[in-house]
Amino acid sequence: MTNKKTFDQLQETIYNERLDNGLTVYVLPKPGFHKTFAVFSTNYGSIDNHFVPIGKKEAVMVPDGIAHFLEHKMFEDEQGDVFQTFGEQGASANAFTSFTKTAYLFSSTQDTDKNLETLLDFVQHPYFTDETVEKEKGIIEQEITMYEDNPDWQLFFNLLGSMYHKHPVKIDIAGSADSIYEITKEDLYECYETFYHPSNMVLFVAGDVQTDQIIELVRNNQNNKSFKEPEEIERILDDEPKEVKNDKSVAKMSVNTPKCMVGYKVNASKLEGKELLKYEFSMQLMLDALFGPGSDAYETLYEDGLIDDSFSTEFTAERSFSFLAVGGDTKEPDKLEQRIIQTIENARDKGLSKDQLERVRKKKIGNFLKQLNSLEFVANQYTSFAFHNIHLFEAIPVLEEITIDEINQLLHTHFEESTRSVSQIIQKQAN
Amino acid sequence: MLEEQVINKNGLDVHLVSTPKYKTTTFVLQIKSRLTQKTATERSLLANVLKSATNDYPSRKQIRLYLDELYGASFQADVQRKGENHILSLRLEAANEKFLKDNVPLFKKSLSFLREVLENPFFDENGSFSEKVIREEKRTLKQRMESIYDDKIRYANKRLLEEMCKDEPYSVHPYGEMEKIDEVTSETLMQEYKRMLQEDDIRLYIVGDVKAEEAEEAASIFSVTSKTQEAMNEGKENEGKEPKEIKETDDIQQGKLHLGYRTSVTFSDNLFPAMQVMNGLFGGFPHSKLFMNVREKESMAYYAASRYESLKGLVLVFAGIEASKYEKAVDIIKKQLDDMKQGHFTDESVEQTKVMVKNQLLETADSARGIVDLYYQSVAAGKKRDLSEWVKAIDAVTKQDVIEGAATVELDTCYFLRGEEAAK
Repeated sequence: MTNKKTFDQLQETIYNERLDNGLTVYVLPKPGFHKTFAVFSTNYGSIDNHFVPIGKKEAVMVPDGIAHFLEHKMFEDEQGDVFQTFGEQGASANAFTSFTKTAYLFSSTQDTDKNLETLLDFVQHPYFTDETVEKEKGIIEQEITMYEDNPDWQLFFNLLGSMYHKHPVKIDIAGSADSIYEITKEDLYECYETFYHPSNMVLFVAGDVQTDQIIELVRNNQNNKSFKEPEEIERILDDEPKEVKNDKSVAKMSVNTPKCMVGYKVNASKLEGKELLKYEFSMQLMLDALFGPGSDAYETLYEDGLIDDSFSTEFTAERSFSFLAVGGDTKEPDKLEQRIIQTIENARDKGLSKDQLERVRKKKIGNFLKQLNSLEFVANQYTSFAFHNIHLFEAIPVLEEITIDEINQLLHTHFEESTRSVSQIIQKQAN
Repeated sequence: MLEEQVINKNGLDVHLVSTPKYKTTTFVLQIKSRLTQKTATERSLLANVLKSATNDYPSRKQIRLYLDELYGASFQADVQRKGENHILSLRLEAANEKFLKDNVPLFKKSLSFLREVLENPFFDENGSFSEKVIREEKRTLKQRMESIYDDKIRYANKRLLEEMCKDEPYSVHPYGEMEKIDEVTSETLMQEYKRMLQEDDIRLYIVGDVKAEEAEEAASIFSVTSKTQEAMNEGKENEGKEPKEIKETDDIQQGKLHLGYRTSVTFSDNLFPAMQVMNGLFGGFPHSKLFMNVREKESMAYYAASRYESLKGLVLVFAGIEASKYEKAVDIIKKQLDDMKQGHFTDESVEQTKVMVKNQLLETADSARGIVDLYYQSVAAGKKRDLSEWVKAIDAVTKQDVIEGAATVELDTCYFLRGEEAAK
């Protein structure tokens, strides 16, 4: 049965249904948009490298970068390249792999039905041969080398590498030039069978569409396919210490401006639903109050020439890991590092004020409305949240509930020195 | 389809795209001047100085606090190169108040703030821009220029254009030049500011759930005006010159290959839609010749694509490759363009590309920033193209048109940035 949920203040209505095979479908009608955007996601990403394959008893460890490799290879079948099919139907297609999710998407301004069928069919039809798997290795190797030349990417992964002892979040999503050459078609099928079961997947469609028609189309499409009975997926993770592995990582690259990022490892949250959403927002509001462009810290760092527009914060809470990071480009990475840490220590002593919270809360509400203009944002974010039983459109009431006491409490329970790690990129040669 | 309405009020053109589909209202002041070596640095610094202090909000911090008060209205000042024009843009996007519980007049407040940034900036007791702000923004601008080098793909693109368009205004980077920054003083900045208000073509774009009367009223608070200027975007033929080849080294893993082609066809030409299709089939999409041959067939690259700079008449190709494959990659790319010229492609692939180009156009029009960019091209090129006419023109493109478009494309400069090891 299709559930309908209306959010009056936002003037949005969203529909969802869980089909018999376990697939969850969301439809968001957006009148006035030319394009329809659809994303078909599996709750499977780069960290899922140790698991018990479906129908088996023994756990396996797969080569680094396999979820991303699989994403590349899904676009090919017996007939050739799926990009061609989308192209003929006027759609632009793409895909991405994150730590915990692999998503396949298209946007088009015509032939929504055909494109939706194509999306469902290609993601649900794996086809790998030794030859096509070999051919992809050169392309992915170039993708990895491209990221090796990207200092922001290196800064970020060096930070994760320092923070984590064992957790696979420390491994580059695409793997390494060595690890991808170990991948075989058998590995790909094994991962596919385990993680691409409809019960582990969500389809989200947003655009100027008829809800009934979309759901009917998906239902018929799925009824014509057969799937194994769903099984609970058993993922295996080694225990990760609370403390970071190294407190600092410094790498030299060919850059004009050095970079510095201070990170704190956070205990993985066990929260779900609204509680998780509230926790994420509280952390984001706290970081914005501390380091956002309206904060005292930002202004003095800017005046002292220690930061520019690239300075930013992020907080990530995903299944099995969580961390926060603050930093950007800087002439003096050591100085910026000290000042970031000092700002946090001061705030832990004094706490944040009600006024500071009100300011960043208003800002966050406005930003949220801005983000809702993007079908891509809504579809991707709704899907990520849906894996944690959160409704994205409940964001504003949740934001309004957060109190200053809750935020100051979080300031105390986070930011232990033993959970802190710093990553820097410095100049390789003087210019 | 979203058409723009142009309303003139007291000499200022307001370009209104009225639609209920967004949760925000977007305002953009577009300020157009010619791109010259002399003024680029000053204008790019001016953009940053203006956004940092106004008469009512005389510091960055006060501005930011005020914007947060306006429910996190986002505000940016930036400079861009559009053909041989230098565009200074002031952008503000604020929540539409109908989605808020509080009753805050965000439309009015946002607009007055934007006016103040342009027409009522902060001047000190001597009537000059603040020395402190100038000093800080000079430093930020330097850092912004330096950081282009840190993104090697962007850096290679900049180097290609500098070499290829050496004696043309187009070689001037919109940020200006590093060596010129320290020459800028509060006096020269003031001269440029006054000149800008008097001479530049200034237009206000509004996108959101806004009525014509509201837009007209909004415009009435400004005293600047729109001044239509002569378009200056003549595409240049290559005149049969031998292509230049430039190889440079850096401490990098992957070679960045950038090829610059010229075409005489620009935005205002009749062949423009055909050139859009030609570029799409050459390297604009995953079904294109570059993607299929350089990436899929040869597994040589992760990215291999082309971009058509229609306001200048350039087709730019870029690919990230292993340095040892340089010759082979260049040969394959050249071969793809030859195939385009000789019509070695099917009618179906032309039809497919047309659908993709239309799709791209309509998708761009779905974002407020995108639709402003689309319609602003008409101003920069001095040739009006409405969205619906534009789509029809693409529909009408034939294979023969694509071949004619391809015939105008000639290689000018081949630029390669490679690792130091690879160069040995």
